[in-house]
Order: sequence, then structure tokens, then C-alpha cells
Amino acid sequence: MTRKKLKFKITVVASIAVVIVFAALFSGIIAPNDPYSTSAAGIRMAPSFEYPFGTDNLGRCVFSRVLYGGRTTIGMTFLLVAISFVIGTFIGMICGYFGGWLDRLLMRVADVTLAFPQMVIAIAVAGILGGGLFGVLLALGITMWVSFARLARSHTYSLKSKPYISAAILAGKSSWYILGRHIFPNILASLLTNGLTQIGVTMIGISGLSFLGIGVQAPSAEWGQMIAEARAYIQIAPWAVLFPALAIAITIIVFNYLGDLIMDYREL
Amino acid sequence: MKQVLKRIVELILILLILSFFTFLLMYLAPGDPAEKRLSSQGVAITKEVLDAERERLGLLKPFFVRYGEWLFGVCRGDFGVSFKDDMPVAEKLWDGLYNTLLLAGASMLLSVFVSVPLAIISAFQKDKLTDHMIKLFSFIGNSLPNFLISVLLMYFFCIRINVFPIIATGSLQGLFLPTLSLAIPISGRFIRQMRQEFLLQMSEDYVTGMKNRGVKQRYIIKNVLYNSTGHMLNIFALQIGTLMGGSVVIETIFRWPGIGELVMDSITARDYPVIMGFVLIMGVIYVLINQLVDVAMKRLDPRIASDGKSGLGADDFLPSEKGGAHD
Repeated sequence: MTRKKLKFKITVVASIAVVIVFAALFSGIIAPNDPYSTSAAGIRMAPSFEYPFGTDNLGRCVFSRVLYGGRTTIGMTFLLVAISFVIGTFIGMICGYFGGWLDRLLMRVADVTLAFPQMVIAIAVAGILGGGLFGVLLALGITMWVSFARLARSHTYSLKSKPYISAAILAGKSSWYILGRHIFPNILASLLTNGLTQIGVTMIGISGLSFLGIGVQAPSAEWGQMIAEARAYIQIAPWAVLFPALAIAITIIVFNYLGDLIMDYREL
Repeated sequence: MKQVLKRIVELILILLILSFFTFLLMYLAPGDPAEKRLSSQGVAITKEVLDAERERLGLLKPFFVRYGEWLFGVCRGDFGVSFKDDMPVAEKLWDGLYNTLLLAGASMLLSVFVSVPLAIISAFQKDKLTDHMIKLFSFIGNSLPNFLISVLLMYFFCIRINVFPIIATGSLQGLFLPTLSLAIPISGRFIRQMRQEFLLQMSEDYVTGMKNRGVKQRYIIKNVLYNSTGHMLNIFALQIGTLMGGSVVIETIFRWPGIGELVMDSITARDYPVIMGFVLIMGVIYVLINQLVDVAMKRLDPRIASDGKSGLGADDFLPSEKGGAHD
């Protein structure tokens, strides 16, 4: 594949991703109905002009709930990836640059973290904490920082011996200045790519925990939790399951595909 | 010999850390099991009754005493008694574990049998139509959460064309849908990673040489497969964690009486000994499998330096390979 063709593909997929993010971000404006208002008269109505995706068991508008759910799911995913990015990158850069006992200790911690099954830990932690925003962030964040830390460490380590770093050291620049001014901009691209590939995985994790009932709690809308709720009456109102399912599938596919394309582009 | 000893010490250390954190997690957990237990039994809660119950459950002893007692018991196969119904936890866990292993084993086998041939075809037909189709399947499989797959499969097979029972009984028929739901995302990842590995092998000189000598493709495939055995094992092992997390979800959906369903019930009931046992057993299995694969890889490919790191070193770390751990 040529560079130009790949660039075009990236632009298209990235625009779709931006549209999805904006739809979730401005769900309050776009949503035609209140996602939380129930109505006894209009339960499990088939998709119509007023309710494009139908209504659920409590008469809530599924379309509005999918939009609001997107805000929860996508928002939490971005928040979690961002937190892991910051913590992991910081640890990794310090380990790679300074080395020594701190490096050995922290990388040992990272190894041990990877030695355990991540989702089992996440389920146990989220389950014990009883769900909620903090529980989910902690449950998945415990292991997520590791990939950023290892990546940042290995890149920092190999950059450290470059002549321009030696020049900066000889010029009397402080370590923090070198890390921030010279090393960070140079490792940012691969860290961002890693962040992008983590989005799909994180979304699967968050919606999975919510599906199990130990993530985002009702009544606030979240895609996994909406599916779990509507699963019970899928025979009568399949749209209440299928539309949030479609939303998850499309969002994850778009972000994963974007990640793949960008990785290809960087390897070219 | 020294290597073996070092490895065993490392293993024991990791398991100790695992057990410590498991215990710490439950220790710090909010909610009082004694209170929960009394109120579920319909006992009027007074301070005296509550204290007596805490005493009986051993909740009043200092942290390290409790950890020591628990660890000592676990080593003898005693995981304590369930807070919910006073049944020994070990018994519950073993019953569940049998069913979970059945499900996980079936899914693993299915994934391997489906993905190895597909990955070979995909790699040997690179950029042909079949390759694109297999890549698409593996990409979509990799992107769908398994709860989504199982709900959709359930809707299609059980409600639309009514060929499978919704609630998985012990029968072979009941095993089919849960196995499929677990196998689809895992196969997706297997194909993706194995294709990459095969392509890497095929760019090596020995393959070029065989092609130029006119060796039949059958034998080239055989050689490529043989040379990637170690990496394939590693690819399989990386998904064990996914399999464990996934089986919790799948068992809950299909009411499969495995350890995952047990733990979800225990989470609702705040039945800490069961949750602790679950984390510990899963952790031990995971750590042991990874260590075994590590040893096997070194046996199969002596070029891999014995630096004591697991599988992928820090420098050849690929985000896409570790990526699939969270579902």
C-alpha cells in the first residue's frame, strides 16, 4: 500500500472517529428525548419517528440512551487511557533515563503485574469495590499503566545514548529539562500509537465490567449495562439490545482500525 | 540445575505476592461481612451479636495473623468456609473449576484448530482475496467484546432459529454456544499474531532457499510451522488471561455452573473467601502456564537468551501483542 493511499484511509477513518466522539460529547444537544424519563404508556415500542431506536422496558428512548451511553463509555475510556498514559510514561521515562535501583524495582513491579491475569484482577477489584467510576478506573488502571511504562522506558533508554542528549548534558541542562524538552517529544508518537491501540481494549473492559453489573451503575446509561438490562426481554424488544450492541461494535472497530492504520503508516 | 532452582524461587515469590495482594484486597474491601451475614439470616443486629459474629469469623485478629492462618490453610487445600452458607470454599471452587476447565479447554482447542490453518492460508496467500477475508474475520473477532458475541449468538440461535437451549446444561449441545462465544475473539487474535509470525518466518533465507530449490509448499509449511512452534505457544499462552476473564462473562450469561459464575454470585453476596479462592486459583494457573511456556520456548529455541524475563523482552515489546488482555 502506498503512503498516499494509507494517508487517505487514515483521514477517512479518523473523521469517522471524530464524528463518533462528537456525537457522544454533544449527546445532550443531539438526543431527541430525555434518556432517563420513563413512561408506562410507551414501553418496548418499536423504532419510530419519535423514537428512532425504539424504547426499552421502562419506556426510555433507546436512541437518547445510546448517545448518553456513548458519553459514559467513550468518556471513561479516554479518561482511563489518559491517566495510564501520564502515569506509565512518567514512570517509564524516569526508569529509562535514571536507571539504578528505582528502575529495577519499578520494572520488577511491572513484570509482576503482567504475571497475573488482568481481567481476573479487574473483576475482583471492581466487584469488591462495588462498581462506580472509581472502582472501574482502579480495576483496569492497575494493569494498564504497564504497557506505557515499558514502552516509554525502552525508548528513553535507547535515546539516552544519542549524541544530542550528550550534547544537552554537556551544555549543563538539567535532567528534567532533557526529559521534557528532548526525550518526551521524540517518544510521544509511539506512546500515542500505543494509547490508540489501548482504546478498543479499554472499551471492551469497561463495557464488560458494566455488563456484569460491577461497572457503571444504573440508571446512568452505559452500553454494556444497557445490553445487560435489555437482554432479559430480547425476544420482545430486540432493538433495545441491538442498537447499543451496534454502537459498541462500530466504535471499537473504528478505533482499532485507526490504530492499525497508524501503526502501518509508522512502519512504512 | 541452578537455573531450575532460580526459576522455582521466582515462582514461589510471585505466588506469595499474589496471595498477599489477594488477601490485602479483601482486607481493605468495604462492607462488613459479619453484618451482611447476620442481616441475610434475619438476625436483629445489636452490637453484642455483631461482635460475637466477627469473633467467630475471625475478623478481629490482627492482619498478619489472619493472612498467615489463611495462607497456611490454602497450602493444605483449605480455603476456609463460605460466609454465605458455611460450606467449605474449596469444594465449591473445585466443582466450578471442573466446569470452567471444560469450557476453557474446549474454546482453546476450537480456537487453535480454526486459527492455525486460517493463519497459514492467510500468510501463504498474502494480499490475495482469501487473505483479505481471513484478515477481516480476525479483525472483527478481535474487536467484539465476548458478551456482545454471546448475546447476539443467543438471539440468533436460540430465539430466531431455536436450535440450542438458552441455559447451558452439561450436555454437548449446551457447551456449543459458550465455547463459540469464547473462541471467536480468541481466534481473531491468534490468526492476527500467527499470520505475522509466519510472514516473519517466510522472509527468512531458508524459506527463500527452499522456494528456489522447488521444494513443495507442503514441506515449506511444515518447516515454517516447526520453526514457529515456540512463538505459537507464546501466542496461545498470552490469551489464557483473556480466556479466564471471558469465562466469567460467558458463564454468567449462559448460567454455566463454572467458577466464573460462582465468583459473580459471591461478589453479589460479598462472600470474600470464595472471591479470594477464585483470584488465587486463577492466578496460580495463569502463572504456572506462563512459566511452563517460558521453559518450553527456551527448549525449542535455544537462541532465546535466558535472562529470566517472561516471553517478550522490554525491547521487542509490541503493544498490539499484549493489547488483548482486557476482555
